[in-house]
Amino acid sequence: MKVAKGLFYTKDHEWVKVEGDEAFIGISDYAQHHLGDIVYVELPDVDDEFEKGEDFAAVESVKAASDVFMPVGGKVVAINEDLMDDPALLNQDAFENWLIKVELADKAELEELMNDEDYEKFLAEEE
Amino acid sequence: MDAKKTPLYDEHVKLGGNVVDYAGWFLPVQYEGLVPEHEAVRNAVGLFDVSHMGEITIKGKDALAYVNYLMTNDISTIVDNQVIYTFMCHPTGGVVDDLLVYRYDGEFFYLVVNAANIEKDHKWILDNKGDFDVEIENISDSVGEVAIQGPMAEKVLQKLTDYDLSQIKFFHLKRDVEIAGVNCMVSRTGYTGEDGFEVYSDNEGIVKVWNAILEAGQDEGIKPTGLGCRDTLRFEASLPLYGHEMDDEITPLEAGFKYFVKLDKESDFIGKDALNKMWSEGLERKLAGIELIDRGIAREGYEIYKDGEKIGHITTGYKSPTLDKVIGNALIRTEFTELGTEVDVKIRNKFAKAKVISKKFLKK
Repeated sequence: MKVAKGLFYTKDHEWVKVEGDEAFIGISDYAQHHLGDIVYVELPDVDDEFEKGEDFAAVESVKAASDVFMPVGGKVVAINEDLMDDPALLNQDAFENWLIKVELADKAELEELMNDEDYEKFLAEEE
Repeated sequence: MDAKKTPLYDEHVKLGGNVVDYAGWFLPVQYEGLVPEHEAVRNAVGLFDVSHMGEITIKGKDALAYVNYLMTNDISTIVDNQVIYTFMCHPTGGVVDDLLVYRYDGEFFYLVVNAANIEKDHKWILDNKGDFDVEIENISDSVGEVAIQGPMAEKVLQKLTDYDLSQIKFFHLKRDVEIAGVNCMVSRTGYTGEDGFEVYSDNEGIVKVWNAILEAGQDEGIKPTGLGCRDTLRFEASLPLYGHEMDDEITPLEAGFKYFVKLDKESDFIGKDALNKMWSEGLERKLAGIELIDRGIAREGYEIYKDGEKIGHITTGYKSPTLDKVIGNALIRTEFTELGTEVDVKIRNKFAKAKVISKKFLKK
């Protein structure tokens, strides 16, 4: 399973890529692999605000719907509309295909997340 | 309580199956993936382990009379070596189980019941026996079963037996068929909407049968297929699943399966009065097909609204792999079941528009 370098990760298999005061949020390769063929992605609206831990999106395979939780709090500034037309992009590359871009509410929240090395160790224990 | 292993458990692990606890049994949701497995069954052939299903035999002088008393369908209409689909109801008309009844002869019936209901059914059949002269036996633990399903099923299975399988017509059975050297009972039945067979043997034999079928089907592109696609296949084919489309509280009439309830059957059967009353008074709710107009996926348990008022729920819903549409079965108030009626499905916190369509999703 691929783990992209330089990102922050959660135990629920979301990732955060920070760019200044903003960040992209997505699901990990591990998450897409375990979901199987993704057939639908539900995203929030731009300007929606979420706290850390809140569910903000849903990613659905044929079998089941899975909520995606905010790794950090923030206001949505962009959503990846490509995923609405072609949800399978997440299966092709879960790190390239982000779900939302947010304006970070509190950068200190990033400190509670795992870095790529910690996440790799965490995955090893999950298996 | 730990889940039980079917005789094919080790084979699932070897094949890389994603094994989960389903109705108390360790069974694979999928091996390669739900969608490719679904497509294999629709276009070629797939092989399911269905050893979790229960088998109960009813033998004796009154076997036919007793089975007919338990069942909503008219069991007297089938001949030896024929199979019939039926419901077994409570006096209220709610469903104890839906099942297949195999008639070996007038004094020997073989019932194939849902895994989750084996104990309940066995007790129900014992408790209602009264003065009927019958012997009842739950033989589930000694029977293994596989289902080979898909347009190439006969071609593949034929390679493993000298018996001419084309002699077994739809919903008929043949006992003592030798498959890969194993003594089997074979019926032309299934739960996918495709042609195919269900093959029963003892636990030891079924492992041999399983491996022989997978080997024999190489050229036809056979795949081992899991519970995931079993559900999408049966759903597309409008086949109900106990606990979803009907249960102890939902009658077969509400589920839209009146064809299998012979209200005018001469002999009495459990639930007859309640079902007759319900039919003559009219149904307050019934099962309808729906297709989503808005984006989203309608899944089991989601609530359905009309003009802000709750009118029912989804019993099964998927993005159909074959039809590439989001469809569902909806148990809703009868006045909203007319084709074309618009309703709203509550998906998480939002409402998605849907319309009532025919429940016959798969037109063949």
